[in-house]
Amino acid sequence: MSFLGKLTLDAIPFHEPIIMVTMAVIAVVGLIIAGLITKYKKWGVLWRDWITSVDHKRLGVMYILLALIMLFRGFSDAIMMRAQLALATSGAPGYLPPEHYDQIFTAHGVIMIIFMAMPFMIGLMNIVLPLQIGARDVAFPFLNNLSFWFTASGAILINLSLIFGEFAKTGWVAYPPLSELTFSPGVGVDYYIWALQISGLGTLLTAVNFLVTVFKMRAPGMTLMKMPIFTWTCTWANILIAASFPILTAVLAMLTLDRYLDFHFFTNEAGGNAMMYINLFWAWGHPEVYILVLPAFGIFSEIISTFAGKRLFGYKSMVYASGAISILGFIVWLHHFFTMGSSANVNAFFGVMTMVIAVPTGVKLFNWLFTIYRGRLRIGVPVLWTLGFMVTFTVGGMTGVLLAIPGADYVLHNSLFLIAHFHNTIIGGAVFGYLAGFVFWFPKAMGFKLNERWGKASFWCWIVGFFVAFMPLYVLGFLGMTRRLNHTNNPDWNIWLYIAAGGAVIIMFGIISQAIQLYVSFRDREALDDTTGDPWNGHTLEWATSSPPQVYNFATIPHVDDIDTWTDMKEKGQAYQDKASYSPIHMPKNTASGVLIAASLTAFCFAMIWHIWWLAGLGLVGAIALFIQRCYTNDVDYYIQPDEIADTENAYNSNGKKELSA
Amino acid sequence: MSTVSAHLDSISGDGHEHHHDTSGDTIFGFWLYLMTDCLLFASFFATYAVLYMNTAGGVSGKDIFELDFVAVETAALLISSITFGFAMIAAHGQKKALTLTWLFVTFCLGTVFIGMEIYEFHHLIVHGNGPQQSAFLTSFFSLVGLHGLHVTAGLIWMTIMMIEVAKRGLGKSTVTRLSCLSLFWHFLDIVWICVFTVVYLMGAM
Repeated sequence: MSFLGKLTLDAIPFHEPIIMVTMAVIAVVGLIIAGLITKYKKWGVLWRDWITSVDHKRLGVMYILLALIMLFRGFSDAIMMRAQLALATSGAPGYLPPEHYDQIFTAHGVIMIIFMAMPFMIGLMNIVLPLQIGARDVAFPFLNNLSFWFTASGAILINLSLIFGEFAKTGWVAYPPLSELTFSPGVGVDYYIWALQISGLGTLLTAVNFLVTVFKMRAPGMTLMKMPIFTWTCTWANILIAASFPILTAVLAMLTLDRYLDFHFFTNEAGGNAMMYINLFWAWGHPEVYILVLPAFGIFSEIISTFAGKRLFGYKSMVYASGAISILGFIVWLHHFFTMGSSANVNAFFGVMTMVIAVPTGVKLFNWLFTIYRGRLRIGVPVLWTLGFMVTFTVGGMTGVLLAIPGADYVLHNSLFLIAHFHNTIIGGAVFGYLAGFVFWFPKAMGFKLNERWGKASFWCWIVGFFVAFMPLYVLGFLGMTRRLNHTNNPDWNIWLYIAAGGAVIIMFGIISQAIQLYVSFRDREALDDTTGDPWNGHTLEWATSSPPQVYNFATIPHVDDIDTWTDMKEKGQAYQDKASYSPIHMPKNTASGVLIAASLTAFCFAMIWHIWWLAGLGLVGAIALFIQRCYTNDVDYYIQPDEIADTENAYNSNGKKELSA
Repeated sequence: MSTVSAHLDSISGDGHEHHHDTSGDTIFGFWLYLMTDCLLFASFFATYAVLYMNTAGGVSGKDIFELDFVAVETAALLISSITFGFAMIAAHGQKKALTLTWLFVTFCLGTVFIGMEIYEFHHLIVHGNGPQQSAFLTSFFSLVGLHGLHVTAGLIWMTIMMIEVAKRGLGKSTVTRLSCLSLFWHFLDIVWICVFTVVYLMGAM
């Protein structure tokens, strides 16, 4: 075995022009960014204020930045696939050879779920949740930084697979025996395993961190049933993470043992059972769907009640419905493989349970409708996303109930009907929710609002593009087209494939509009400035701070008497009041340990992928040593002094009072 | 160290002005982590339950398990839980030497357990019954090995804790860390009781 294990120059795909051009573009853009940072002397700021930051708001911003970059990558994969399928009709080969195409659809799935949707959700939760419960930070600020860097490590690994070697060609679920060494001898599945393993660890730590935060650090007076609804849905999602991600860790570890040490969990030989993988995978994978969508439901609830100028209709039923969805989410996993051939009774049980989920989801939909009823709905961009979601998600939900009938599923299993269904729920549910939350909380995180015109343009491109891209897939599913085809030879399908490709282009214009929106808003940030910290006349405590909030969030922790605390405080005239004196505030110090530990573990994972055993040992021992060193450091906090607090607070309060009287 | 914690106590007295990373939160967080760890074990138990009959013509549990041997191994681990309890009582009573003594006894018992497990694994492998032979052996080695890996991590942690207690004494944060390790150690004991029952007792029947 050589010094670099299996890694040689042959691992770099020089013969693939698409990849080489992509890498060249990434290199050039990277150099330009590095050049700009050097020119404006921002390396120090980047390191001190961002990379080593333990501030939940900054970590949230970094999560969302990561999500947006990965959205770009995942969408590039998507448009390449749609272009391939539009070109490779009637027997034509298209422009992507099967081995490359297979990597693209695998990467698209993994990236969109694990490295776009998850960081987006966790980023919003990071920014908003501690503010909503009136906390100064999360329970374990250092762990929060570490979680972010684990997620980033996974994203880095998956992008390294572009230039070094290959990615998995198995589909994003990596079912054995295809993902076993016999049928996938390359490094692709290993990239998959380690990228998911390290980011999964980060997600798990995040869930534990935020559960402790919610259960232990709420402002005085905030009982569980007075928590804002977004905090509630995030809490349900965190419970789901804590209960389901260990299963992913376990199943990936088993696949690792199969591939590295010739074990027989899921092999065809020696009594292995591939269906065990599929069961375990979906015992994680199905709750994962609700992990993604429940916080989005919370976002819609916050937005609709804020913009209707009313309390949320049926707060309690919303909390219980989320709980019901969480629990039901654990007893439906088998509907992903009715075709496994369990007995009719087993399939019927899982089918019925799946249909039952439509009930609490329906409760939520009616709650939103009744919140709008007799309110004065201001149609802003966040509301457009919410209304778009309510229509789109209902369609997706109904096709889901259709698929939940085992008999129908035998016909539609792994057809494009399924692809249309889950994009319908994940884009129309989760992604629309995150994009709504992005516009809604952007002023809170950055201090200025986003441009309305480009926001509206983006919404309309997205929703029109979505329907044009995915409704044809329902039709194609009924016409018998299965998923993961590289090229087709059926004239009946052609027209639908062309339409779907057109839809993807319309969505692309939506994404471009969002990029322009960010640019235009940043350029006009003085005009869009949010001076009061409460640009939408909000209900909950995140609007009771300046935008962006001070590092300590609240100079004095507010007392909570109502679900809509901030509305309550504004009505009682308690908002924007100067305090006579402030106490010193105890805050955690920034630390480089998180990024260093994650870098060490990334080296370990990369070395494991390429069988560079010395580096693997070094990386693992390094990570553990750095972790222990961090655990036994006592110098982790500092105090902010009262006079400093008074200056910041008085400036913010006077702005707020001006706004209230105006 | 003690001045810092005294200072922290004085500010936490006035309600909600202190930073909340207190020992109660840490222990609750660690307990939550243990619940996730519990699910990790549950996944391996479930896999063992599905695969244990798939011996691929090789040995089954009845052929390889030696209950007398495992009984001694189990006794070592169970007694180590009691001795860790003694260490915690000593730690709460601020008795440094006694804490260190009981920690050392616990450490020795843990080492006996791990030593015996390694011996058992080695014995099986040299007799041609390694984890590569069948799905049964794969799931057996993985489940028991996962527990062994946890105990090993616990032993490393215990070593570090002994150094910390020796150097820094029994300050508030040190006792919190000891409490977390204690939770971890007892948790591994409970998991082992399940392993012993499901794998060895039911397998040898």
